[in-house]
Amino acid sequence: MSVLIDRHSKVICQGITGNQGSFHTEQCIEYGTRVVAGVTPGRGGEEHLGVPVYNTMREAVAESGAEVSMIYVPARFAAGAIQEAAESGVSLIVCITEGIPVLDMVNVKAALEINGCRLIGPNCPGIITPDECKIGIMPGFIHRKGRIGVVSRSGTLTYEAVYQTTQNGLGQSTCIGIGGDPVRGMDFIDCLRLFQEDPGTDGIVMVGEIGGTDEEAAAEFMQSEVTKPVVAYIAGVTAPPGKRMGHAGAIVAGGKGTAADKFKALDAAGAAIVRSPAELGSKMMELLTP
Amino acid sequence: MNLHEYQSKKLFTEYGIPVPEGIPAETAEAAEAAAMELGGALWVVKAQVHAGGRGKAGGVKLAHSPEQVQQYASEMLGTMLVTHQSGPAGLPINIVYVEAGSDIERELYLSMLIDREVSKVAFIASAAGGMDIEQVAAETPEQILTVAISPENGVQDEQAQQLSAGLGLDQKQSSQFADLMQRLYRLFLECDASLIEVNPLIIAGSGELLALDAKINIDDNALFRQERLAELRDPSQEDQKEREAAEHDLNYVSLDGDIACMVNGAGLAMATMDLIKLHGGEPANFLDVGGGATSERVAAAFKLILSNRNVRAILVNIFGGIVRCDLIAQGIISAVKEVGVRVPVVVRLEGTNVIKGRTLLAESGLDIISADDLTDAAQKAVSSAAG
Repeated sequence: MSVLIDRHSKVICQGITGNQGSFHTEQCIEYGTRVVAGVTPGRGGEEHLGVPVYNTMREAVAESGAEVSMIYVPARFAAGAIQEAAESGVSLIVCITEGIPVLDMVNVKAALEINGCRLIGPNCPGIITPDECKIGIMPGFIHRKGRIGVVSRSGTLTYEAVYQTTQNGLGQSTCIGIGGDPVRGMDFIDCLRLFQEDPGTDGIVMVGEIGGTDEEAAAEFMQSEVTKPVVAYIAGVTAPPGKRMGHAGAIVAGGKGTAADKFKALDAAGAAIVRSPAELGSKMMELLTP
Repeated sequence: MNLHEYQSKKLFTEYGIPVPEGIPAETAEAAEAAAMELGGALWVVKAQVHAGGRGKAGGVKLAHSPEQVQQYASEMLGTMLVTHQSGPAGLPINIVYVEAGSDIERELYLSMLIDREVSKVAFIASAAGGMDIEQVAAETPEQILTVAISPENGVQDEQAQQLSAGLGLDQKQSSQFADLMQRLYRLFLECDASLIEVNPLIIAGSGELLALDAKINIDDNALFRQERLAELRDPSQEDQKEREAAEHDLNYVSLDGDIACMVNGAGLAMATMDLIKLHGGEPANFLDVGGGATSERVAAAFKLILSNRNVRAILVNIFGGIVRCDLIAQGIISAVKEVGVRVPVVVRLEGTNVIKGRTLLAESGLDIISADDLTDAAQKAVSSAAG
């Protein structure tokens, strides 16, 4: 079992003919993802990577019946692409693009709510259900089908969590990288809820970072709604306040959003917190071993 | 990107937001001339640096004559201003802003930012103006008023009324305040601001609202469509190394420790710093080389790291996903040779083609310490720096 995507998911790639889109879509297809169409305005009628290319999302969805879109469109056009996807009828949008202006995302968020559509990202590695469907830029081979749900704000740090749970044999049900931007689609709570409800997920690894109060909100949710074991780690204990640490969202502002606060909230909510990212896998093993 | 106060106030004026009259000056003589041009009997000389807390640090002075303006300007210009936000080295004062003195009845606080919790632009207001707003929020949170603006509707009348009432404004001021909110909102959207802060927003002796200070940050991701604002960038206020890093597509933040890190991915980079600390060391920097860590980028990163004289060891932590470890290993080897690294280099590689990568490093003949995993890497880096 898994959340959001599985072997049946049909996927459209927006920006399929671009460099990034092309490269990563090919990897996804190789992994086994059912990519059924691509969209690049002005390239409709062509075929790329063995799938038909359309000018618009509306056409692509009508012809292919896809329910998921993955976006590799350049930052200045990405918000428009998300909006188009939301209006085309897909139920899930995964936006990999980094560097989208934050006000564009504010507008897009409002449009998503109207269309009742889920967004993962932007500025994220994507989502993967091992051995079934990979939508994003993560290296497929580090994953292994299994029982742990992984949710993370960071890219390569997600790979750490994944790799550790692969090595100790637990494997993953689904891994979701929700992205590092301040205004984004799904948050920790959305993912925790899905993993809690998924019978194929026995435990949840949550990787947060400094900035915002998403982790604190997640902790509150956990306390009342999550019964499965959660291992949590927060990156950025040593980050100086007021500095942007790579991700646009990773700034400690006005004393809010520190790693210490987040660790404290998660600890109080009953999550097993680890101070070292090297212990994510072993801690989960410990929790799941009777 | 941050704007200076004088630049922000120019934007305010363009949008019809009332500010005191002022003139920027780069020399003491120009400052004196500015004072005479402005006229009146009271002037304020304000150091233009990208940091708050200028008043307490001596960067804002009241002058009672043009000669005094000249004197204060000459004392400030060419020096470094150290405030609680500037870092210990301070920031250079290359420009002072000479402003007509204002008659202050009351000081209020008004700002706008992106409220991440609701994913909307929000106004924050407080009757406790002129103070450190973080302190107000911590000590008397009931004094902080917030309204979030929905992108479909813009600023609504009742939202303006809600804030005016909370600020204790009279009827005339309330209508001026509502107008101010509309103008600020338009500025925020049209200029792709990520923050606008007016602290204080004053009620002048005449009863009118006036923006006595102005701070605007522009969203870096939107600079491609804000060409005019992008030109207002003042490199003298930015960290030299951070700027060099940006030119190579590297994300770099310098810190006070002695163990340099080079990592792919922002989250893993922060985690690597934390691990160093956890094992008793101090990180010298945050450095994200990004997903496509080519040998040119790795070389640029090594140069950057080594320009910090405090560095006693380097920890390279790469999780090769799409990027292959053997390519990264080659990048490290050529960079170490080219740059002439003289401190111990600990390398932890994981991911695609990792065996090949590790073999390349081992056979390179270079003094590279290979680590098996995250913990091992941090421990080896800490002990190398201590040794």
